[in-house]
Amino acid sequence: MSASRVQGIVERAEDLCRDLRLESVRRWKEQNGGLAIGFMPIWAPRELLRAQGCLPVGIMGGGEDVEIIKGDAFYQSYICHLPRSTIELALGGSLDVLDGMIFPAICDVIRNLSGIWKLRFPERLAYYFDSPQDFDPQIGGAFLRRELEEFSHALVQRGARPLETEALRESLAAYNANRARVQALYQLRRDEPWKVPTWELYLLQRAGLVAPVEEHDRMLDEYLAAIRADESRRPLDQARVVLTGSFCEQPPLGLIKTLERAGCYIVDDDFIQVGRWFKNPASLDGDPLDNLVNAFLRDSLESPTRYEEQGNKGEELVRRVADSRAEGVLFCTPSFCDPALLDQPMAVRAIEASGTPWTAFKYAENNGQFQVIREQAGTFADSIKLFSEALSP
Amino acid sequence: MTIAARKDRSQERQKQMIAEHFQRLGRARESGEKCVYTFVPGNLTELLRAFDLLPVLPEINALQSGMRGKSREYIGLAEKLGHSEDVCTYVKCDIGMLKSGNIGPTGERLPDPDLLLLSYTGCFTFLKWFELLRQEYRAPTVMLHVPYQADGQITPSQREYVVAQLKHKVIPALERVSGKKFDIDKLREQLRRSAQAEDDLVWVLQSARHRPSPIDAYFGGVYYIGPIFSAFRGTQEALEYYRELREEVAERIALGLGPVTPDGPLEREKFRVVVEGPPNWTSFREFWKMFADEGAVVVASTYTKVGGTYDLGFRHDPDRPLESLADYCLGCYTNLNLPTRVDVLCQYMDEYSADGLLVHSVKSCNSFSAGQLAMLNEVERRTGKPVGFLESDLVDPRYFSAANIKNRLESYFQMVAQKRAAAPRTEASAP
Amino acid sequence: MKYSVGIDLGSTTTKAVVLNEQCAVLGRGITNSRSNYQVACEVALGEALNRARLGMIERELADAGVDVTLRQAWLADFDRRFREQQYRAQLERLAQTLERHARDERDSELVRPLVADVVERMRTETCALFAEGANRKSDFFRDLAGSRYLALAEGLADERGARFDRVAGLFDKSILEVENAAEDSERFAVFAKAALAGMEAVPSELRAALERAAAVVMEQACCVGTGYGRATLPFPKEWIRSEILCHGLGAHAMFPGTRTVLDIGGQDTKAIQVDEQGIVTSFQMNDRCAAGCGRYLGYIADEMSLGLHELGPLACKSRRQVKINSTCTVFAGAELRERLSLGDKREDILAGLHRAIILRAMSLLARSGGVRPEFTFTGGVARNAAAVEALKKLIFEHYGEMQLNISADSIYTGALGAALFAHREAQRAQAPSRLAEPARG
Repeated sequence: MSASRVQGIVERAEDLCRDLRLESVRRWKEQNGGLAIGFMPIWAPRELLRAQGCLPVGIMGGGEDVEIIKGDAFYQSYICHLPRSTIELALGGSLDVLDGMIFPAICDVIRNLSGIWKLRFPERLAYYFDSPQDFDPQIGGAFLRRELEEFSHALVQRGARPLETEALRESLAAYNANRARVQALYQLRRDEPWKVPTWELYLLQRAGLVAPVEEHDRMLDEYLAAIRADESRRPLDQARVVLTGSFCEQPPLGLIKTLERAGCYIVDDDFIQVGRWFKNPASLDGDPLDNLVNAFLRDSLESPTRYEEQGNKGEELVRRVADSRAEGVLFCTPSFCDPALLDQPMAVRAIEASGTPWTAFKYAENNGQFQVIREQAGTFADSIKLFSEALSP
Repeated sequence: MTIAARKDRSQERQKQMIAEHFQRLGRARESGEKCVYTFVPGNLTELLRAFDLLPVLPEINALQSGMRGKSREYIGLAEKLGHSEDVCTYVKCDIGMLKSGNIGPTGERLPDPDLLLLSYTGCFTFLKWFELLRQEYRAPTVMLHVPYQADGQITPSQREYVVAQLKHKVIPALERVSGKKFDIDKLREQLRRSAQAEDDLVWVLQSARHRPSPIDAYFGGVYYIGPIFSAFRGTQEALEYYRELREEVAERIALGLGPVTPDGPLEREKFRVVVEGPPNWTSFREFWKMFADEGAVVVASTYTKVGGTYDLGFRHDPDRPLESLADYCLGCYTNLNLPTRVDVLCQYMDEYSADGLLVHSVKSCNSFSAGQLAMLNEVERRTGKPVGFLESDLVDPRYFSAANIKNRLESYFQMVAQKRAAAPRTEASAP
Repeated sequence: MKYSVGIDLGSTTTKAVVLNEQCAVLGRGITNSRSNYQVACEVALGEALNRARLGMIERELADAGVDVTLRQAWLADFDRRFREQQYRAQLERLAQTLERHARDERDSELVRPLVADVVERMRTETCALFAEGANRKSDFFRDLAGSRYLALAEGLADERGARFDRVAGLFDKSILEVENAAEDSERFAVFAKAALAGMEAVPSELRAALERAAAVVMEQACCVGTGYGRATLPFPKEWIRSEILCHGLGAHAMFPGTRTVLDIGGQDTKAIQVDEQGIVTSFQMNDRCAAGCGRYLGYIADEMSLGLHELGPLACKSRRQVKINSTCTVFAGAELRERLSLGDKREDILAGLHRAIILRAMSLLARSGGVRPEFTFTGGVARNAAAVEALKKLIFEHYGEMQLNISADSIYTGALGAALFAHREAQRAQAPSRLAEPARG
């Protein structure tokens, strides 16, 4: 009974995730009349968009379902796959429903994609959103506030309603509540990973990229209730691992399933971070725009795209491993991903210093074969289990 | 006096400037001079010099390693240490050099940094590069985040943000490391000299408007930008270097001479092209020769603007010292958005009467490369001039396929020639 | 007779096309490329000139009023015998070289008679090899002689207790020498005479036409070279054109409506846009790796133990195409084995692989400026039906239905373009002297 309920919810989420022509967004616009604004990984001011009556729509590329015909015409072979499938979607009309696109400051490829957008779609809003690398409220904070104000103004010019304090405060509260649910699911998976397979959790998060926040809340609630009631999910002897490196271009779903089937419990990851970007709820007291700014400055997740002021690179990863009681780390990175791959030697150094085993492999969002990764992850999981058996009395 | 001898003079002067700088760096530990590692785009040389700090530019060291044939070994070492084959080879070359004793281009050991000035300008990799170096050196690090000119202009907010960082982050850090108080007049003095040298550099680069062009603005251009893009902007030596260079070029124009190539002076200018993208350093001369063999002269290039877009009008300004430093950083070529880069290229094609555009796309540098194909199409559409696309890398010799590049270049120039030959015919047939 | 010639020195084959002064194709020749480029060029050119003379004979016979079926039968018979004579001449040179190398072998007393016996059997077989209706797998001496030598040598070596690899090594060593040594220049008359001698009854018209054709003095007006090996061609630089320009012009000459050309060869893929005069306006080539080129299909064929020509027909049988994302030659084998182990059918995997190759080509086409009608497909892969099918489907889907041209002579596209450039050069060189004549007179 509850098993089929879970399946139903996950299928709904998968439908949303595979809805590359964004039909659900089209329906939302028909019903609500606001602007739909796309955003690339990894963080965008969704709170602000919602407060101005816009629907934030996360665009994670075309994944495995899009065949690249024209997208390669824009990119050399040594550039990751995400932008080519994204431009393929745009040229094929899949993104026509969007009134604008946000290109967050992730890396030079996404930065320059904003320029391609400006060249190819001059009539559309293509907004490069620069977030500060200085985290002083008076300096980086002031800059971010001005960025948000300018962005808000650009939305108004495109027909969004002006930003109002109360609306933004309400929006902060709504996303606080949504993040709390996602974080609760992450916590549950940490505690009982057999109850929350990562591929399901992943799809639920993907659904949150297109669904309005309340609808996503309902899905999460239903899912949480259903898995709690599902007695059929029993623990297996699997290795607990933290997966890192997949924060921008997303792995194909088959890869996540492969890792789990190969004997890994993924107990923490960095998929689709926008849904968990603030580690703590944004404050609802005082000026909500300042609160949004401060949440970004103080409470953002650690990311290779974010300057680490204290010089403690990799410590956050070590902490995540400890917090999730993981036994190993999977560096699972897209090919040619500068932020992930340049960061990796530093993360590896920290992980090695902590005595945690690790393994690394690369993927592209449209990979279809996982045999090599299956063997690698399987061997890794086995070695961890053997090691822990040898240690236990 | 012969031209060749005069030519040698500015080159010799530059060589000497570099040699002295590295000697000074080599003695820094004994002399007590402090050094700051930083990047070419968004370099704050005048500010560093105002504190009597010595700049070290790892990018320049990496390209020098490439030219000296050391980069293959350095990159290999970095990859062995776990750096991905997918990422920037400047970074790996630098890490490899560091792990091999940090011997600089003149054979002297470079001092460890007293400060890493992370001028995060126009290139994401810079952030990671200095995070990596910080782990190696355990040196204090100061971030200067330069926002991207996403809409093709510098906004007051961006300028304010950069100036605030200069005032409250960078200058205090420089004060700490140098033990000196910030002297704004000393900075102004440097900036005044910078502006003068910048005038002369622009004059030299724009001399390529002449037919024949007296310079090659890409292969030759990388030598001309040397002092101003690296450790010497704002110095008296740089000022004198550019004065002398200008005189030499003026004389070439007067004599109607073309540029000097690896095989001597170019006899006949057959093609005038604009080049977008950095050169390859491991086969620099071979690459240059491929152009020279075809009688092709690069009359304008974007690479010579990575350390400042002076020809677009920017000058350092002693009357607005911090603001003009901010504008300098914000205006570096790789910090410009794609539509602006396309505008610049189209402007060059027109201003320098170019026959076409060649894009040299390097694997290492996504800041340059991602989107170059879209730019190429746009320039072709707007100018109707033939465009060509070449691929290799900065300092990884594994990515320079001479036969492949030569094949494309030959095809490209033959296409230009064929189109040119056909042009009068189509014009004649037009009503 | 004055002629212009274009030579395309490719990575696997060298092609020549000969044009007359009126710019009509007189003959085409092809041979396998080899380390001595000069020889490869000479062989291809010699072959093209032989074809040119055959064309003359055909025209003579037509003029003499010989019925078309009849004259074609005569010519086919003659051509077969002519090729047999060429084969025999090369076989003798091979025999001498083999003998020389066999003498140096340690166990030469065992190897020499063995090799001699092999050659003797090859001589005996020659008649059958060129008999009417006989199926020859290749027109290149290296392939023909190689496959027979190895088959015969294996049997004999077994029988006589000699080491087969050593005997095979002798062939490799010898064929290289035979191939790379300059051949006697044009030997049309000699082979023609020998070919005629073999015919039972030689019609007098044929004999007469042949004698006249053999007597024509062929004078080269201009030669232009192209292809990957063009830099090493034994011509001055101004006689060399890039293969991009030659492919563009050649495709334009074959199909004047051509605006977009796709060439998929062994080593590279080219997407070329041309204007209404056949002038290249933009082009794109694949990057360094051979992914998506003909070579990739070669790897796949080896991996599946199939002949290259068998891939297309097998892929065409597919009913449920498998999706393949990687066209990386390095991964091709592993991917293939995984697919097979998953239970996918060979034809379905092959169909997916063909589509994957064409997808790479689609990217290059998009980069070069898209696809405009008419669209001309050239290169070795254009002969593969499955590749053509996949291309057609994708082009029509993404650029609309349009005329798709594939010539049976598409392998000669580059050489034809080069020949046209040579023709222009020849005309240009002649122009001043023609102008000067009246003044002199």
